[in-house]
Amino acid sequence: MSEKQRLSRDQIAARAARELPDGAFVNLGWGIPNLIADHLPAGITVYFHSENGILGMGRRAKPGEEDFDLVDAMKVPVTLIPGASFFHQADAHLMTRGGHLDVAVLGAFQVSERGDLANWKVPGAKGAGAIGGAMDIAAGTKRVIVCMEHTTRDGQPKIVRQCTYPLTCLACVDTIVTDLAVLDVTERGLLLRDLAPGWSAAEVQQRTGAPLSF
Amino acid sequence: MKSKICVTLDVAVDSISDGARIMFGGFGGSGFPNNLIQALVRRGTKELTAISNNCGTRDGELSPLFKSGQIRHIIAAFPGPHSFAFQERHAAGEVTIELVPQGILCERMRAAAAGLLGFYTTVGVATEVAAGKEERVINGQRCILEMPIHADFAFIKADKSDGLGNLTYRLAARNFNPIMAMAAATTIAEVEEVVPVGAIDPEVVVTPAIFVHRVVVAKGIRYV
Repeated sequence: MSEKQRLSRDQIAARAARELPDGAFVNLGWGIPNLIADHLPAGITVYFHSENGILGMGRRAKPGEEDFDLVDAMKVPVTLIPGASFFHQADAHLMTRGGHLDVAVLGAFQVSERGDLANWKVPGAKGAGAIGGAMDIAAGTKRVIVCMEHTTRDGQPKIVRQCTYPLTCLACVDTIVTDLAVLDVTERGLLLRDLAPGWSAAEVQQRTGAPLSF
Repeated sequence: MKSKICVTLDVAVDSISDGARIMFGGFGGSGFPNNLIQALVRRGTKELTAISNNCGTRDGELSPLFKSGQIRHIIAAFPGPHSFAFQERHAAGEVTIELVPQGILCERMRAAAAGLLGFYTTVGVATEVAAGKEERVINGQRCILEMPIHADFAFIKADKSDGLGNLTYRLAARNFNPIMAMAAATTIAEVEEVVPVGAIDPEVVVTPAIFVHRVVVAKGIRYV
């Protein structure tokens, strides 16, 4: 597509990182969210949670310092920051479902204007699908941010009135950060809060499957 | 008192018979009882129901039991992109799967461990997971009824055991292991080292010996 420049995956992650408050307990999902740890603003400490039982993950391990008993939910060897702790998987998800985590940042196939999330299965795809921790995390976390491209590769909106992909959770998404904009899910629908450089509200509306307010 | 310490891996799995329901610990390549899994392949026990986070990774974790055709049904949260042996059997209709949200998988096992007969949760409401489950409204929230997951055996991986079966774990290799140890009727732990009773500080025991029935020393096999 010969369109205007959109934010890169790293730039989306960097924009989402600015949504995280200092001292927050945060879970990062697969995909773009997993890049966020590398883009925290200076002076901010965030305690990253991993559903295999870690609070306080630091940067990824460098070659030579990997310990394969210390991995994140994507199997990547990580490090710890001071104040970290270990616990078993049931307590890790007690934290997700029980509303103890401040923020979760998840990837998505579709988000509806009411904040319904679809991120675990593509309709018609072969195989069993893969839920992982997404349903628990989406259902319980105080604030859910979705990071994704604004449209599919063939230009279809991923922000829609009603999800057509298999649902992960009803009405759970609070904020959507894309390569074009930042949107908040409100009781009155989607509110456009920020635009990627060079993009207008009208252009973003054109690529969104639900009405936006400004 | 009969010792829980088994001389070999094959002895540790010698009471498992066809049709058994077995929980397998491990997540993200860490904390898998890979030696016990190999012993079960040697034993050849069939018609197994497996309960585990994922469905094997390349040649490791549960994959040998899918290759050998020993697993008939699995309850899992995340089959995994590299669960090739599972994917093949599943596509051929030789293995069935119940896909469960990961935290609900944990909690259903914890319910079994705790003697609870079920619980209501908002997780999975209005999704494929809710199919066939009782739904009600509590305090204005839609929720579904989830039932306990029991097992005949848990295969777990711990770091140290004392002679009684008090267990410690290493870093994030803990993951599902303590929950499965509590939930199964018989728990078999493969450990890096057995130390004398009293050598583990009671304050650092993660899985108390009451949950552990068999212990076998085996140096961890890791599939990266």
